[in-house]
Amino acid sequence: MDNLVRILLPNVSEVLDEFYLSIIQTLQMVFISGLISFVLSLIIGIVLVVTKKNGLLERPIVFNLFDKVINLFRSIPFIILIAALIPITRLISGTAVGVQGTLFPLVVGITPFFSRQIESALSEVDEGLVESGTAMGLSPVQIIFSIYLKEGIASIVRVSTITMISLIGLTAIVGVVGGGGIGDFAIRYGYQMNQLDATYLSIIVLLIFVSIVQVLGTFLANKHTH
Amino acid sequence: MAKEVIRTERMAKVFTDGKQSNTVLKNVNLSINEGDIFGIIGYSGAGKSTLVRCFNGIEKPTSGHVFFEGRDIVSLNARELRAIRRKIGMIFQQFNLMPSRTVFGNIALPLKHSGLSKPEIKRRVHELLELVALPDKENDYPAQLSGGQKQRVAIARALVNRPKILLCDEATSALDPKTTRSILYLLKKLNRELGLTIVVITHEMSVVREICQKIAVLDKGDIIEEGDVYTVFSSPKKELTRSFIETTSSLGNVTQLMDSDAPMIRLQPGQLLIKMSYVTNSVSEPLISYISRAYQVDANIVFGDIQILSDHPLGGLVVILSGEKSRINQAIDYLKQKHVAIEVLNHG
Repeated sequence: MDNLVRILLPNVSEVLDEFYLSIIQTLQMVFISGLISFVLSLIIGIVLVVTKKNGLLERPIVFNLFDKVINLFRSIPFIILIAALIPITRLISGTAVGVQGTLFPLVVGITPFFSRQIESALSEVDEGLVESGTAMGLSPVQIIFSIYLKEGIASIVRVSTITMISLIGLTAIVGVVGGGGIGDFAIRYGYQMNQLDATYLSIIVLLIFVSIVQVLGTFLANKHTH
Repeated sequence: MAKEVIRTERMAKVFTDGKQSNTVLKNVNLSINEGDIFGIIGYSGAGKSTLVRCFNGIEKPTSGHVFFEGRDIVSLNARELRAIRRKIGMIFQQFNLMPSRTVFGNIALPLKHSGLSKPEIKRRVHELLELVALPDKENDYPAQLSGGQKQRVAIARALVNRPKILLCDEATSALDPKTTRSILYLLKKLNRELGLTIVVITHEMSVVREICQKIAVLDKGDIIEEGDVYTVFSSPKKELTRSFIETTSSLGNVTQLMDSDAPMIRLQPGQLLIKMSYVTNSVSEPLISYISRAYQVDANIVFGDIQILSDHPLGGLVVILSGEKSRINQAIDYLKQKHVAIEVLNHG
């Protein structure tokens, strides 16, 4: 077994511990920033849907504010955003490197995209359902929880799957500026030291991650579709 | 005098979008009494849906008042309005059931924040499932139900808070004729057994004819005609009302037959083609056989359409009369005496 590993992965087998660590770092980045971003995006997505024109709590000023800020952040390429955020990242996380230093830029990078996705997922909820909720005397908060979120679950799961896959991509980018993780590993060994086995192995690991997320997402979405 | 459930006073609704404004309701004065089945009919775009949404405050009138049991709901705050809405049930053309909830979950939804205990909710939901004749469907999802069953669930959901009144917005327009009848029959039963006041919004006169006692005709944001169904059907005042009524009767077909010179109504010299419309209860008298005997006038019934409306017959016959000219005129005078409206369509 050891021999096989050495033959297939001549370079990686020398730094296996570092490789394992990079996997853990990637998982940490995806889970922690994904979770924080999910909560934020859910809130922003709901705000967008209910404050838009003819929404449940129509507030054009609030809607426009969120709408424009999201567009602003979405127009900045992630790698530039990381650099631009460094001072704030230091302030919030105490450091701009390592997993701890990547969480803030990852959240800032993915939340605008995620919020838009949640917004479109909630917009798929039939207006007629919301109207019937109003007609039966539910309050706006009850409508958000009992109708928008409940009826939107399948769509929310679907867009979360897409977003998690994008987030895995972002963790690879953030690695380049000192974040660690599989992206960092692939760049340092695979690219800079020209060790192809490191590159290919990184791809395989990321492929496995993405597949797991996709299968899980599809399963959950189907479970909530009646 | 019957108790008023909903009354509108000089109610108007204007939608404004930027500089454009669109007047949907102009000056609506309506009064709906307890126990009524009140039909509001109009073509699409007449403002029916907006009108009914003003009744439960989903739309806020631009001016005027809407009274629910004497309280002006236009002046209420959001919390008070929600309390009123629990006393006003509403069902929709597209049913609007929650796809991710079972039938039970859908019917129980309005009770979710009512403070009722789980067993109480369960009992109430089961009562309603019995009432709408779907006792064994509580665990089904809406996607598993037929259109008629979906509307029954929607009715159960609308009634779960024991409302005073049920608003039906084109509730049968997405259903086939047979299912429509069964839903209308259910509504009639609810009106009779629970004393439920029902407002029916529709573009189908047959729906009004089937269950309503009162009718208002809405055209371009105005109520152009209003009254009890029998009076409006038997003597409509406005052209639009007449055209709605014609959709429910085959007597209008005679015009098409005349246009196409159909052999069945081609006349011999001396014959007369007439339309007899019953406007009172005279239909129970043997008029046709009487004129044949008394005036020796032959009456050939080309076709007829007589319906029962609010327990009274309504409709008429298209008849070819042949005989001596003076005798025919006497026969027609006799029919007029008996309050049969006579329209001479053609001479031979």
